[in-house]
Amino acid sequence: MDYETHEHDVIVIGAGGAGLRAAIEVAAQGVSVGLVCKSLLGKAHTVMAEGGIAAALGNVWPEDNWQVHFRDTMRGGKMLNNWRMAQLHAQEAPERVLELERWGALFDRTKDGRILQRDFGGHRYARLAHVGDRTGLEMIRTLQYHGIHQGIDVHMECNIQRLLKDGDRVCGAVGYWRNTGQIVVFKAKAVVLATGGIGKAWKITSNSWEYTGDGQSLALWAGADLIDMEFVQFHPTHMVWPPSVAGLLVTEGVRGDGGTLKNNKGERFMFNYIPEFFKGETADNEKEADAWYEDKKNNRRTPDLLPRDEVARAIRSEVKAGRGSPHGGVFLDIYSRRPADYIRKRLPSMYHQFKELADVDITKEPMEVGPAQHYVMGGVRVDADSTQATVQGLFAAGEVAGGMHGSNRLGGNSLSDLVVFGRRAGLHAALYAKNFGGQLVVDRGQVEPVVREMLEPFERSASENPYAIQADLQETMHTLVGIIRTESELKEALKKIEALKERAKKVRVEGGRTYNPGWHTALDLRSLLTVAECSALAALERKESRGGHTREDHPYTDDQWGKVNVVLRLKDGHVQISKEPLPEMPAELKALFQERK
Amino acid sequence: MPTFTMKVFRGTPQSGDFKEYRVDSDEGMVVLDVIHRIQATQAPDLACRWNCKAGKCGSCSAEINGKPRLMCMTRMNTFAAGETISVSPIRTFPLIRDLVTDVSYNYEKAKSVPPLRLKPPEPDGTYRMMQEDIDRIQEFHKCIECFLCQDVCHVIRDHDDKKKVFAGPRFFIKIAGLDMHPLDTRDRTEFIRDTAGVGFCNITKCCTEVCPEHIQITDNGIIPLKERLADSMDPIVWLLRKFRGQRKQPA
Repeated sequence: MDYETHEHDVIVIGAGGAGLRAAIEVAAQGVSVGLVCKSLLGKAHTVMAEGGIAAALGNVWPEDNWQVHFRDTMRGGKMLNNWRMAQLHAQEAPERVLELERWGALFDRTKDGRILQRDFGGHRYARLAHVGDRTGLEMIRTLQYHGIHQGIDVHMECNIQRLLKDGDRVCGAVGYWRNTGQIVVFKAKAVVLATGGIGKAWKITSNSWEYTGDGQSLALWAGADLIDMEFVQFHPTHMVWPPSVAGLLVTEGVRGDGGTLKNNKGERFMFNYIPEFFKGETADNEKEADAWYEDKKNNRRTPDLLPRDEVARAIRSEVKAGRGSPHGGVFLDIYSRRPADYIRKRLPSMYHQFKELADVDITKEPMEVGPAQHYVMGGVRVDADSTQATVQGLFAAGEVAGGMHGSNRLGGNSLSDLVVFGRRAGLHAALYAKNFGGQLVVDRGQVEPVVREMLEPFERSASENPYAIQADLQETMHTLVGIIRTESELKEALKKIEALKERAKKVRVEGGRTYNPGWHTALDLRSLLTVAECSALAALERKESRGGHTREDHPYTDDQWGKVNVVLRLKDGHVQISKEPLPEMPAELKALFQERK
Repeated sequence: MPTFTMKVFRGTPQSGDFKEYRVDSDEGMVVLDVIHRIQATQAPDLACRWNCKAGKCGSCSAEINGKPRLMCMTRMNTFAAGETISVSPIRTFPLIRDLVTDVSYNYEKAKSVPPLRLKPPEPDGTYRMMQEDIDRIQEFHKCIECFLCQDVCHVIRDHDDKKKVFAGPRFFIKIAGLDMHPLDTRDRTEFIRDTAGVGFCNITKCCTEVCPEHIQITDNGIIPLKERLADSMDPIVWLLRKFRGQRKQPA
């Protein structure tokens, strides 16, 4: 069996914001690094992030600081976050943003020439550094162009299938080149996972094709723990019409910049959905809500900017009660509230996207929007400071890692998560590689069965179509593991996933190995089915409602469940579930939640 | 539901031809949706690149009825019902298979561009920049690297030998963005002239016409670079710069 081998001290899998930032840090530590990405460099999902990067710079509201950001993040996550990750994130995000500026990023400016910050859901102050509504593009391009001068070996269009181990340690990975279909083995002392999320398991998602749960699956198969996989974010506002663009993200920045949600009676319905938990800090009338944009001292925040889980559930309820828009969403109105020039300047991509793809002019009429799968809060269980997984030599950063966002992520906290923990992952993977004295051996006996399994679909006489299985899985997750879950549906989902696994064993692909998307789709099924199962299993286990996990049969938040993570790990080829206590928050941080804000 | 005849290029560097597919198109569909439908139902191994399907990543560049376009931003309702629509790979770069080309030329050129060299920060350790001083560069930063401008540029498309000495429109706006950066101190004059070869551009504006982000590549990027080169050879401008202390450090 022939394959090429590359050797690096550290390999980073995934080249979005987290992977790029990790690779830059590894290089800065003076050890060799290979950056492996499924697509071309600069095309990763980070490119689609719109609204901004959250960091308590205090440029617009000097009252802002890391403690306030930390508190907002924890409350947004309904206190299930790993407190230490949330603390590090809030403390380090400002420096990471300034670093991006030093590397060439051009954020929109305040009148006195500093970085402008915008309002977003769940953030007490205007906190998101941004570039119009294309902040992710600015961030990935900045990291990409900074990165190419740092001596990073970039391996593009390479898809990793399995991690390799030497004893208890990770020692590399095996995958294939999409261009040629040839097999490649990477030998490395440390591996950083930065592969993003799992959205392609759902039918309506803002995620790109790459989001097939690769990193979560690679970690699980290598013996690492996953946590919080039941917490899936359904971002409240995506395009709902026409069908081919359903799921295309509509940035929260629309509401941050003054847009408001309305039902088909023209009512601003969010005032009817303010939960007890957020009553103290949320405006209960339109006058106060509108005044808040200009004066945050004397007014409480508009309920349009409640955390995403709250807004998504509210929209779903309105639609269910028959108060939705013609195509099954609700209306998002900025046209009647802000001048056309302001809208075009602040939200150019939104203007362009509705105009080109839906023939809607958002400066003259409302948008129709509804929730779609957007993000997974859960992922690889990591040590907060080092990002190391529960397997030696394995690190994880960004969406693939769990814990930082608890049960619900605030908008803007993902871009900051990428650079804060991307840097930490790179740093600690490099230190681990430097301190590693021994010799690692890549065992051909581990590589060869993986390769045989990869090539099997070419040789089968069976006739399952990989695209059909993917579509059936997406339908299953959409209908049975959506915004509102219930025991009977989750059990049905698991049964269907088992059946899909059987069908996946009979997938046959046509054509050769050169850039064959049918084959690529077939290979992605393995991880996609794994994360779908993990998400459904964890959702069945957590018998309460919290953040991005709402159970119709357990509609309330339960304090006992607020003390544990649902942990998944593989034993004898099966996913095992356990409940394990959250790390205990120190008293000085707990105090931040006792004062009345 | 209108049905379209799609003529899609299928092949390898050695051989290939257009193949016809009859496909139904639902309301709102774009060319990329139709390509996906062909993959799912008729030709599972049809090779094409895509990521975001939202006009933001620049992966799905192709030539649609001979015009360089993003497949994800080309609505099917812009074609007449029953019209035959051809989809072929961008022609300037070597073919890998079907609609996928080898765009590594662009990644090589990217590496050659000398990065920012910042002036010292303000006393508080941070920088100040005024919005009006970065508006122009923010326009360049909208680039999604779809490489359609590179595809359509005559210098690259028709002269293989120029690829070595010519960076192309995508990189001219990259360089212009660095050069106009309010905090940058690097002089890229030699690079712009000798390595990036801006002189080969004869301002036919084909790049600007195909840019899906509507960046004024020629007027706002390339022409200022050409003017900068002209200025650098003008002794009066040179003297003025010297006295005003605006001279940048060599690359």
